[in-house]
Amino acid sequence: MAKKESTFLNMTLTLFVITAISALALASVYNLTKGPIENVKKQNLQNAIGVVVPDARKGNFDDFEQIVVKSSDGIGDITMYKVVVDNEFKGMAVKTFSMKGFGGIISVMVGFTPDGTIIDSDVLEHKETPGLGDKTSKNVSSWNEQFKGKNPDQFKLTVKKDGGDVDAITAATISSRAYCDALKRAYDTYINYLSANGQNSIENNVEPKDGGNK
Amino acid sequence: MGQNRLIVSLSPHDHAKDSVSKIMYGVVIAMIPALLVSVYFFGLDAIRVNLIAIAACIFFEWIIQKLLLKGELTITDGSAIVTGMLLAFNVPSNLPWWIIVIGALVSIGIGKMSFGGLGNNPFNPALVGRVFLLISFPVQMTSWPKVQVLNFAMTDAQTGATPLAIVKEGLKNGESFSSIINNLPTSYSDMFFGQMGGSLGEISAIALIIGGLYMLYRKIITWHIPVSIIATVAIFTGILYGINPDKYADPLFHLLTGGLMLGAIFMATDMVTSPMTAKGMIIYGVGIGIITVLIRVWGAYPEGVSFAILIMNAFTPLINYYVKPKRFGEIVKK
Amino acid sequence: MNNWKNFTKGFIKENPVFVLVLGMCPTLGVTTSAINGLGMGLATTFVLFGSNVVISLVKNFIPDKVRIPSFIVIIASFVTIIDLSMSAYVPDLYKSLGLFIPLIVVNCIVLGRAEAFASKNTIISSAIDGLGMGLGFSFALTLLGALRELLGAYSLFGHKFINTDGILVFVLAPGAFLGLAYLIAIMKRINK
Repeated sequence: MAKKESTFLNMTLTLFVITAISALALASVYNLTKGPIENVKKQNLQNAIGVVVPDARKGNFDDFEQIVVKSSDGIGDITMYKVVVDNEFKGMAVKTFSMKGFGGIISVMVGFTPDGTIIDSDVLEHKETPGLGDKTSKNVSSWNEQFKGKNPDQFKLTVKKDGGDVDAITAATISSRAYCDALKRAYDTYINYLSANGQNSIENNVEPKDGGNK
Repeated sequence: MGQNRLIVSLSPHDHAKDSVSKIMYGVVIAMIPALLVSVYFFGLDAIRVNLIAIAACIFFEWIIQKLLLKGELTITDGSAIVTGMLLAFNVPSNLPWWIIVIGALVSIGIGKMSFGGLGNNPFNPALVGRVFLLISFPVQMTSWPKVQVLNFAMTDAQTGATPLAIVKEGLKNGESFSSIINNLPTSYSDMFFGQMGGSLGEISAIALIIGGLYMLYRKIITWHIPVSIIATVAIFTGILYGINPDKYADPLFHLLTGGLMLGAIFMATDMVTSPMTAKGMIIYGVGIGIITVLIRVWGAYPEGVSFAILIMNAFTPLINYYVKPKRFGEIVKK
Repeated sequence: MNNWKNFTKGFIKENPVFVLVLGMCPTLGVTTSAINGLGMGLATTFVLFGSNVVISLVKNFIPDKVRIPSFIVIIASFVTIIDLSMSAYVPDLYKSLGLFIPLIVVNCIVLGRAEAFASKNTIISSAIDGLGMGLGFSFALTLLGALRELLGAYSLFGHKFINTDGILVFVLAPGAFLGLAYLIAIMKRINK
């Protein structure tokens, strides 16, 4: 069969048919994958919250209130997830960030108890150097275990070189600083939020049933 | 280099009585003062690193020529010894032996033999090895042992940062240069003689200068490259220091610390990878000086001499192309 | 050309990476581990196969002047399909390949095979060509990824052999160039 001539009508028709078929195919694939993609996103978020506030696994993720506030220094938004299990305020999972990473933005999830002690923390996304800065992440090394159970009120969230209490990763001081910066931003924002809303009011928001407080 | 090409150039023809091995052994002799200083401050470790690096470089050159290239064996020309010593001069004295062996393999295998051996390599082989190690093993390559005078017990010495790293760190945290320098354990005269943390061959400015003068006397190098590098660094950092003496280190500090002397005298002057004409050499030297200061002051690494030399190595063919010597009797265009 | 030869040429003789040196962006960008290389290779294979089949099917209906835009639309559709499916069913792999999946659209191999092969050959041989080229590309990427993972992290397909940091330069960008250069040199030697 001979090729079609490149007349204006032919070209318009061909392109129209091809794009129409593509659009149809893509629409159906999109519909098919929409559910699973959303599930994956939700699962990832739940896992991240579960790591930093382990109590969250006992509750229902859909019940956790999602609070978006401006960060303490006003350079970005921070999302907080209020973990409430059996009407008891167990802690706050705070999704924070730092712009000071070696490879740009580092996104960190950190969990706080109601009084501001760090439960645990982990990197969500980063572009740090493999083998150096990526040791901030839990699946590479156990470096960020040192923040467990520390209250930034007494534990200075800067590396030892800068007069703080944090052991920096060897040869990756910049990434360590960025991680501390992210935690500090989360802590300050969380404390600001508490004082603005009153620590008690948070706990009172939850209907007290059988000794809502610990 | 180019044994099969007979190039007829204009007279006068005169044999300079130089040979590759004569030059290479001249360089080795010139490195001996710096080697002695490193033994004085780092003990037997300095000898250990040098021996491993030299032996590994000779071995890899031999095995690659014998088994892969199947060409003429040239290991006796001494160039592998120079590469090995320069590599050893550029690493901390407490480096594990296997890292030195990897460095030697990269220097000889990637830096030199991949391009066809001595004379064809665009980059300084020892520096290729050094930068490869610095990027691959940042922890081991930046744990500098503290200097201990004539300590021959092979104990694990304490490690610390180099003065350059300390100053860069301090300046970044907003301290003023004068307060950092007063807290440094090393005075300028210590730095001049070599009592400071650093790679084993780079610490003593005086020993390196003696070696450089010897090479000048033997006409292995000319003054153009070292002087233009050192002058550029001094002028550039001098301007910065003049603008704000709190935020920038003074020129003397920049000249005495890090690998500047070692780089300017021994590595930038490598005949294969540097330009051929005096004018070209000065362009090359100024380029190295500027890049070094840019990396030291604004870069991520505290030291930038090796990167600067490698970058300018890449420009050498271009410089050679545009800066040609005038033919004898050529009329200058007006 | 017989079908078997048509299929195997993508592996050694006309390997897209080692011989044609096409598709360098994903080759250098994603091969930090063997599994990344394999995932990227298979995703590209899917697109190559699909676009080759469809283009050879419709080649006679497409006027010459709008040939390239039509090919691009077809290729982009397949890329979007694989992009959505991977983010739904293999999220971890999708996360580590990141931006490089949508970038298959501009991979020279895909358009190259469409223009140079599928638009001139029958459906069967275009399908075999797409499959062979895609698997050859996967083979090259997996090989480079395995080499870099082995040297850069002392592990293979996530299985760690020595529990320390590897030769870091190999998981960084320069290591991709070094590894590719020496693999091409070895392939040249084999092809001789």
